[in-house]
Amino acid sequence: MSVEIAGEAPLRSEHDIVMARQLVRRMAQQLTFSLVDQTKIVTAASELARNALIYGGGGCMRWELQSQGGRNGLKLTFADEGPGIANLELAMSDGWTSGSGLGMGLSGARRLVNDFEIESRPGAGTRVSITRWK
Amino acid sequence: MERIPILRMGEFLLVTIQVDMHDQLALQLQDDLTASIARNRSRGVLIDISALEMVDSFIGRMLSDISSMGRILDCATVVVGMQPAVAITLVELGLSLPGVSTALNVERGMSLLRTVTAKDHER
Repeated sequence: MSVEIAGEAPLRSEHDIVMARQLVRRMAQQLTFSLVDQTKIVTAASELARNALIYGGGGCMRWELQSQGGRNGLKLTFADEGPGIANLELAMSDGWTSGSGLGMGLSGARRLVNDFEIESRPGAGTRVSITRWK
Repeated sequence: MERIPILRMGEFLLVTIQVDMHDQLALQLQDDLTASIARNRSRGVLIDISALEMVDSFIGRMLSDISSMGRILDCATVVVGMQPAVAITLVELGLSLPGVSTALNVERGMSLLRTVTAKDHER
């Protein structure tokens, strides 16, 4: 797998969530994703960026344009140094929330992408990676 | 402070969301709208989201909450103009906006509001 272009954007304020959405939109357009696929990855990014800010106390979004077996994809990694998630299985279920949200963020974001990985330990922050392939 | 304008048209309020909203702006709209409904004794609110390229769970919840608050204040809410890609994504995300009335465009939304409020007048 070769990584062609990559970068990082901060997630420190609500404004950064908007900036992250716009960045992901431009990347998805560059990869000539369909409008529906663009919307899906932008929406997933918005959910995960907000999680990193609200539950993780801020962090960053790393983006990578990828190509594998002749197809192109956009991989996004959201990392924070927050309190982490004690029970990942519970956190991944629909409707579960530790805060004031709807509890659709993690489980919903997973449905909007092709690949989804989450790593988290109490006290060690949370890292979520998603990839949408064209 | 940045705000989304609310237009008054007789007994209805009209909101057109044309910016990529950050969360505070969405919450501000919710406060402004409920205050406007009470102040103007509005019977209906029409929210045009045709310019929105994305509705995530936060904005989805705002739309649901505005509808619920409006209902409690005896005011009908119609959300119009959702882009098909946004609708597909919302449902896959797991949100079907229960309790939110929708219409394809502003014209149909206005006619829905008129029908709903006319029924109320007969009551």
